[in-house]
Amino acid sequence: MNEHFSINRVKDNAFKFFGIFCTLFGLIMLGVFLFSVLKEGLPRLNWQFFTSFPSRKPEEAGILICLLGTIWVMVLTSLIAIPLGVASGIYLEEYGRKNKFASFIEINITNLAGVPSIIYGLLALEIFVRIFGLGKSLLSGSLTLSLLILPIIIVATREAMKAVPKTIREASYALGATKWQTIWFQTLPAAAGGIITGVILAISRAIGETAPLIVIGAMLYITTVPVSPMDDFSVLPIQIFNWLSRPQKGFIVNATAAIIVLLAITFILNGIAIYLRNRWQKKVKW
Amino acid sequence: MDKLRAEKVNVFYGDNHVIKDVSLSITPNTVTAFIGPSGCGKSTFLRLINRMNDYIESFRMTGNLFVDDSDIYDKKIRVEELRKKIGMVFQKPNPFPKTVYENVIYGLRIQGINKKSVLDEAVEKALKQSALWNEVKDDLQKSALELSGGQQQRICIARALAVEPSIVLMDEPASALDPISTAKIEDLIYELKKEYTIIIVTHNMQQAGRVSDRTAFFYIGELIEYGDTKEIFTDPKIELTQNYITGRFG
Repeated sequence: MNEHFSINRVKDNAFKFFGIFCTLFGLIMLGVFLFSVLKEGLPRLNWQFFTSFPSRKPEEAGILICLLGTIWVMVLTSLIAIPLGVASGIYLEEYGRKNKFASFIEINITNLAGVPSIIYGLLALEIFVRIFGLGKSLLSGSLTLSLLILPIIIVATREAMKAVPKTIREASYALGATKWQTIWFQTLPAAAGGIITGVILAISRAIGETAPLIVIGAMLYITTVPVSPMDDFSVLPIQIFNWLSRPQKGFIVNATAAIIVLLAITFILNGIAIYLRNRWQKKVKW
Repeated sequence: MDKLRAEKVNVFYGDNHVIKDVSLSITPNTVTAFIGPSGCGKSTFLRLINRMNDYIESFRMTGNLFVDDSDIYDKKIRVEELRKKIGMVFQKPNPFPKTVYENVIYGLRIQGINKKSVLDEAVEKALKQSALWNEVKDDLQKSALELSGGQQQRICIARALAVEPSIVLMDEPASALDPISTAKIEDLIYELKKEYTIIIVTHNMQQAGRVSDRTAFFYIGELIEYGDTKEIFTDPKIELTQNYITGRFG
C-alpha cells in the first residue's frame, strides 16, 4: 500500500519538474534571443537611425520610411478591419440564424484564421493591385492585412459576445429594449474588454507580417515619405528582411536595431491589451 | 374589466405541446400565483404575457391573449411598447453590470428620457417602492453587482417599476434568496398590489398561500384548477390539486 503511494508521489513530482522544465525552456529561449538582439542592436538606436532614409551605407541608413509605413498600415488596417470584423461578429452572434448555412460560414471563418498569410498576399495581388488598380500602395497593403486579421477579430468578437449571460439580454428585452438597444447598451459594453483585447492582438499580428506585403510588391527601396494612402510604402519587417539579406555586418546591426523597434511596438500593444482586459474584468463581474 | 384574459391558448415548441387549451382571466390589482410541478407550463405561460417566448425559434401559439382588452399577439402590437406596460422579474437576480442608478433608469433611458431631474425622481420613487431606498440611497453610483442577492433582486424589481408598468410578472422571484430576503420580497408584493397587477410563479406552497389572492394550478400543460387562494388551499375541487398542495407529489 505504502509503496503504491510513494510511486504515485514520484510520478507527481516527475510531472511537476517536467512542467517546470517546459516552461523554463520557452522563457530561456526568449531571454537568450532578447539578450543577443539588445546587445547587438541597442547601441545603434539613436536619433539618426529613426530619422534617416534608406542608404547604401549602413551607418547612414535609417528606418524613417518604414516606421512611418508601419504606422500608416496600423492605422489604415484598424480603420478597415475593426468596423468590418466587429460588425460581422455581432451579426453572426446576435442576428444570424442558427442553421446549416450559418455553421458552414462559421467553420470557414475559423479556417480562414489558419490560412498561411502568403495566400492572402496572392489573393490581394490579383484583386486589390490588379483588378481594383490600387497598385502597390499603402491602401493595398492595409486591405491585404485587414483580410488577414478579419477572421481573428470576428472570432474574438463572437466569443466575447457569447460570454455575456443570456439573463442580461432577457432583462433588457423585458424592459422594452429593442434588439439593437440591447446590443448597444448591454451586450457590447459587457463584451468590450474581450473584443478590444482580440482587436489589439490582431493588429499586433498584422504589423509583424512580411510575406503578403512582399507578394503585393511593397517596395524595398523607397526614398519618399508616404503622405497618402495611395503612396508606395515599406514596413519594418520588410526592411529587416532586406537588411538581413545584405552581406555587410553594419546592415545586420541595423536589422537587429529595427527588430528592437518592432518588438517594442508589439510589446506595447500586447501590454495595452492585457491592461484593458484586467480593467474590464474588474469592472464587469458576473 | 379584466386586466388579462386568455382564451384557449395552446403553445407548441416544435412538436411539443406545452400549454393545452388554457383559458383564464385576471382582475386588476390582485396577486395571482401560478403553481405546479416543474415542466407544467406555468413559466411558459407567464412568459407569454410579455412575449418573451418570441425568442425561441420553435415557438408556436394558437388562441388569444388579451391585456386591457387588446390582443397582444396581434400583428399591429409593437412588442417593445407592450413590454413597457408589463414588467418582469426573473428567477435569478440579473442586474446589469452598471451602477444602481443606471440599472433603475435603464428602461427610461432606452425610451430616450435623459433629463436628470426626471431620472433622479424616478430612481427615488422606484427604489422607495421596492423598499430599497434607505439601504442604497448613499450608494447609487456603486455597481449593482456589489449588493447582496436580496438587494439585487429588489434592484431588479425597482428597475421593472421605474417604467411604470401596470402588470408585473415574477418568475420564482425568491427561489434564489435566503429566508429574510424572501420575507422582504413577499411584503413588497403585498404593498405593490395596490398599484399593480401581479402574477407570480412559485414552487413554494406557503408563499403562494401567503401572498396571492387567486391561485392557478397547472399540470402537464393544462390548467387544472383556478380560484381563490383560500379555497384552493383549504377546499380544492379536484383531487390532483389536493395531492399537489399536500405534497403527495411534486
